[in-house]
Amino acid sequence: MRGGSLWQLGQSITRRLAQTDKKAVSRRCFASGAADLKKTALYDFHVAHGGKMVPFAGWSMPIQYKDSIIDSTVNCRVNGSLFDVAHMCGLSLKGKDCVPFLETLVVADVAGLAPGTGSLTVFTNEKGGAIDDSVITKVTDEHIYLVVNAGCRDKDLAHIEEHMKAFKSKGGDVSWHIHDERSLLALQGPLAAPVLQHLTKEDLSKLYFGQFQILDINGSTCFLTRTGYTGEDGFEISVPSEHAVDLAKAILEKSEGKVRLTGLGARDSLRLEAGLCLYGNDMEQHITPVEAGLTWAIGKRRRAEGGFLGADVILKQLQDGPTIRRVGFFSSGPPARSHSEVHDENGDKIGEITSGGFSPNLKKNVAMGYVKSGQHKNGTKVKILVRGKPYEGNITKMPFVATKYYKPS
Amino acid sequence: MSTTNRVAQKKRRTHQTILSQEYKPIGECSTLCNCCCVSVQRSHENNAARFLWASKVASHLRISVSQRGFSSVVLKDLKYAESHEWVKTDGNKATFGITDHAQDHLGDVVYVELPDVGRSVTQGESFGAVESVKATSDINSPISGTVVEVNEGLTESPGLVNTSPYEERWIIKVELSDAGEAHKLMDSDKYSKFCEEDAKH
Repeated sequence: MRGGSLWQLGQSITRRLAQTDKKAVSRRCFASGAADLKKTALYDFHVAHGGKMVPFAGWSMPIQYKDSIIDSTVNCRVNGSLFDVAHMCGLSLKGKDCVPFLETLVVADVAGLAPGTGSLTVFTNEKGGAIDDSVITKVTDEHIYLVVNAGCRDKDLAHIEEHMKAFKSKGGDVSWHIHDERSLLALQGPLAAPVLQHLTKEDLSKLYFGQFQILDINGSTCFLTRTGYTGEDGFEISVPSEHAVDLAKAILEKSEGKVRLTGLGARDSLRLEAGLCLYGNDMEQHITPVEAGLTWAIGKRRRAEGGFLGADVILKQLQDGPTIRRVGFFSSGPPARSHSEVHDENGDKIGEITSGGFSPNLKKNVAMGYVKSGQHKNGTKVKILVRGKPYEGNITKMPFVATKYYKPS
Repeated sequence: MSTTNRVAQKKRRTHQTILSQEYKPIGECSTLCNCCCVSVQRSHENNAARFLWASKVASHLRISVSQRGFSSVVLKDLKYAESHEWVKTDGNKATFGITDHAQDHLGDVVYVELPDVGRSVTQGESFGAVESVKATSDINSPISGTVVEVNEGLTESPGLVNTSPYEERWIIKVELSDAGEAHKLMDSDKYSKFCEEDAKH
């Protein structure tokens, strides 16, 4: 759901360069790149804590700290993790028509959301493909708060602005505010709620998964959503940027070191274990939410009425079934990576991997990708080609690691 | 004194011994690791093994320092390729592995692709791969020859590439076809400088 081309990033920074000319190229790229990279409010804090900073979607972000990616990933599920996701773009839509306006662009039943609740949704294009995925929250009937991927920021804002202009020209009442004055932090894991409770007077036991509140945390007004990108219970906290470092420090101190600063490397492993899409890998312009297994995110009323871009394509897929489907894989041998071919037992190509890696919590290879409908049932034996060699695998349901979202019993 | 205190005190003493050697590490240590003389990014349970190894081979250590403040270990009596493999020659036989600098950059190794015994390898060309959590990297042969043994232990425990001392971190053993090719490789001094340059980007 969040991020961008994390896999490509991982390859570019950790692949050893054997040839001198490749090294020279990387030197040039780094020299010009470093000066242009944006920094979050926590940049110096990351460096002081041993963060290994890498370019990501135009920002300098920590891929890991002093602990290894594997240790960090395991620690999130055992204790907890604090992520700096301030590179992502938070914005507010306001006005009495902000709900019908947003409904022209996303598949969610925004009108049907209770105030203070939100959901994962998809911005679609005319062909029903995904422009981006996003967590949207209806704060009130006249205020929607949403967060979009850092790598899609320019594209998404241009898209929203273009449609907002057209909507307003017809008399619609909607305006926006992009929250560049705020920083987003993600606190995930079993200790997330107990630790955060130390920093606020509001009773967090009443804030369930998908719910939102504006409240005082550690002395500043924050937007709090009980959501995340790891499958664990946790929160995303939008804090005024001038208080971001203090909040991060307070969270780490209250946890007595058990909650660790965690980088994008572990974040990618965690979301993969949770079976969550990474836009740019598992979801792209040409993939519809139905194909991506996100039919549940298309509101019931929206399935009947449409009214969003590409509705005709999507509604037809809901009726006839999609031709490809996103599924999970276990495999032996080397981890299956993006673009690895998936074959059936006869050696015929049936699909492709879009994300994969080694799962630190399961200690086995996990991957997700798309296969032809009909071949997508759990248990189906497949062969995955890695560097030209086929390795045994099978299709499995996701999430790979059970989710622990905080829901009312 | 409790056992825990005795162990901690012994660690501190040996730590100071290493620091007092001719070659001092410059830069900060991982807070996870008591010994700052070896490359960081290892898991807790391997601290003890690495620590003992570090004190044993302290006299052979030449420390090179990256600008990030991490140190990598370069052993004196090995030869090195620009693609970060090490070679130990013994007459017409040689053992290959990947260096501490390489495993540090790769991170946790989760899979090692080993060649078949009997396969020929050529200097500068790939014979296998090392996979970390985030990336795959080719292993290039530093010298040409024929594979006589592969380290099967890496199939069960690929993480040995990160945690084992150099000698146990070997990947293949080879019968050389041209021992003279070793002259094209770098000695430990040259390789240390090479790593420092590499670490500047």
